Amino acid sequence: MTQLIWNGLFVGSFYALIALGYSMVYGIIKLLNFAHGDIYMVGAFIGFAVLSSVGVIPASMSITALLIVLLLTMIITGGIGVGIEYLAYRPLRNSPRLAVLITAVGASFTLEYGVSAIAGPNPKVFPVRLEGESFDFLGARISAPQIVLMVIAVVLMLSLNSYIQRTSMGRAMRAIALDPKGALLMGVNVNKIITWTFFIGSALAGAAGVMAGAYYGKIDFLMGFIIGLKAFTAAVIGGIGNIKGAMLGGLLLGLLEAFGSQWLGGQWRDVFTFGVLIAFLTLKPTGLLGERVTERV
Amino acid sequence: MSENVDTSRAPRRIGKPASRFSRLFESKQLGWGAFVVAIVFPFILATPYAMNIGTTAVIFILLASGLNIVVGYCGLLDLGYIAFMAVGAYTSGIVSKAWDLPILFTIPAVLVMCILAGLIIGGPTLRLRSDYLAIVTLGFGEIIRLTANNLSITGGPSGIYGIPGIELFGLKLSDSVPFYYFCVVVVSLLVLGSARLGKSRLGRAWRFVREDEDAAEAMGIHTYKVKLAAYIFGAMWGGLGGMLFAAHLSAISPQSFVFLQSALVLMAVVLGGMGNTRGVVVGAVAISLLPEFLRDMGNLRYVIFGVVLVAVMVLRPQGFWPSRAFEVERTDGESENADPGPGDSVSPAKGGTL
Repeated sequence: MTQLIWNGLFVGSFYALIALGYSMVYGIIKLLNFAHGDIYMVGAFIGFAVLSSVGVIPASMSITALLIVLLLTMIITGGIGVGIEYLAYRPLRNSPRLAVLITAVGASFTLEYGVSAIAGPNPKVFPVRLEGESFDFLGARISAPQIVLMVIAVVLMLSLNSYIQRTSMGRAMRAIALDPKGALLMGVNVNKIITWTFFIGSALAGAAGVMAGAYYGKIDFLMGFIIGLKAFTAAVIGGIGNIKGAMLGGLLLGLLEAFGSQWLGGQWRDVFTFGVLIAFLTLKPTGLLGERVTERV
Repeated sequence: MSENVDTSRAPRRIGKPASRFSRLFESKQLGWGAFVVAIVFPFILATPYAMNIGTTAVIFILLASGLNIVVGYCGLLDLGYIAFMAVGAYTSGIVSKAWDLPILFTIPAVLVMCILAGLIIGGPTLRLRSDYLAIVTLGFGEIIRLTANNLSITGGPSGIYGIPGIELFGLKLSDSVPFYYFCVVVVSLLVLGSARLGKSRLGRAWRFVREDEDAAEAMGIHTYKVKLAAYIFGAMWGGLGGMLFAAHLSAISPQSFVFLQSALVLMAVVLGGMGNTRGVVVGAVAISLLPEFLRDMGNLRYVIFGVVLVAVMVLRPQGFWPSRAFEVERTDGESENADPGPGDSVSPAKGGTL
């Protein structure tokens, strides 16, 4: 039981990190960024490329090395996110929604198969595995790497939250989410803020990618597809567009999934998750923390 | 354009009369031309390989024209369209094997299952913003694939083997050439059906919903019902495509129904020109034949597909061969050919409500 809860929270923190990017972008420009899950995958591959080019890393240094790689990857994936926004989404800012969604699918496709063309279609083994002894805590087996990753995820989420709540940049983001035109009239540089939002969201997804690679040890070019869907589910559960909701939704989805796969069997895990998504959209489309938004005509 | 349109608005610039070239492309005989090409094809090239590619392309046209109803006419993004094909293929495979039925007798079951699937997915999500539909259909595609992979009735990862071929009036059409002809005839009828649907009262409602859902609602269109109808029609077309697919390959497995396939069908619709049946048919043929020519390039060809998809949306969002109504609406009467095709009664109505 405690084991299930712990596993759920651990997986859920990954979902939450990715869901944040989904939710931030959606909150600000009402765009479902399908390429977001693939940014996570690209992050894992960048981490893989950097770590393999460095060579053998002694086990004692693996956490330090991982942190440096994490930072580097976050910068690169953030840049990729900004590039996608600039090339694919910005020209369509005022186009019909369908056009933007299709562009997002194209961007996701390009990332997936671009990585597979560069790195090869076969799964890769991550060069650094986080090793560490595990210990029992209230009947759950918890390993040291899990704690490290969990701490990283929590630190990232908390700093993002205070960034959005405390800084002027964060205030500008919230202003655009409320009313883009009004924000523009009040002197907010909307394009710059949107670029910055994409940077932060993609950087978080990239960080999640490196962490997942280091923890699970195996990466492949389609790994972002399912996790992107799940992160979206998490964002919907929490109320899409809501930052705290994304975190809550991620953790909750992790828990639901842990219990669901215990109940139905592991091979039904993904089906169960999508079932949860459809159930939520049917019963409470605004999510747990979202507010009912009336569509402006 | 008729006179009763522009009473309340600034005078429209009426463009030049259509050039001979564009009149050729608007010609009503074009569909017959394509049909003749499809009929003649086996006389030119009847190797098993060519027949296989040809049949696949024809089935792909059916899928694209079905998705065109959802995406092109109604403007709903369906990213799991291949799931309906999977539902159709598995239903016909399971039913025909379980009761030893000819595969054509499974059509009612296929249609019922597809309508049910369309209701389950479309029912909750079509009430919400169209973005949700996109991602839920994406999830639905995965659900169907994973379910087929996990259940024992669907044969698990190895799928179903030995699905019977088409049998018509005691005539076995299991040979590649007769089966190709059968597919050409069936698909032509269904493509024609989807084109006619697009011009019907329901089709006009779909286009209206696509262009402006709130205005459509205000004009008394029950947008939810109309969208659900589009979704269900799309599902039926996909299911029939799946049945043909099962009869063609005689074996189906979950690997045939991955997201890549949905994306390819979507690409055919988008590249050809959303809402224009002719464009969609051309797009489907191009998308299904290109991989054969680009086989050496491996996964790089999909990168190109992705880039092209983005580029088309940014540079020419109406596709290479758009429907006239779409183009007139976008440029607000300033397009070169302001005279909409015959039977394209949408644009005057739209001009009036803008």
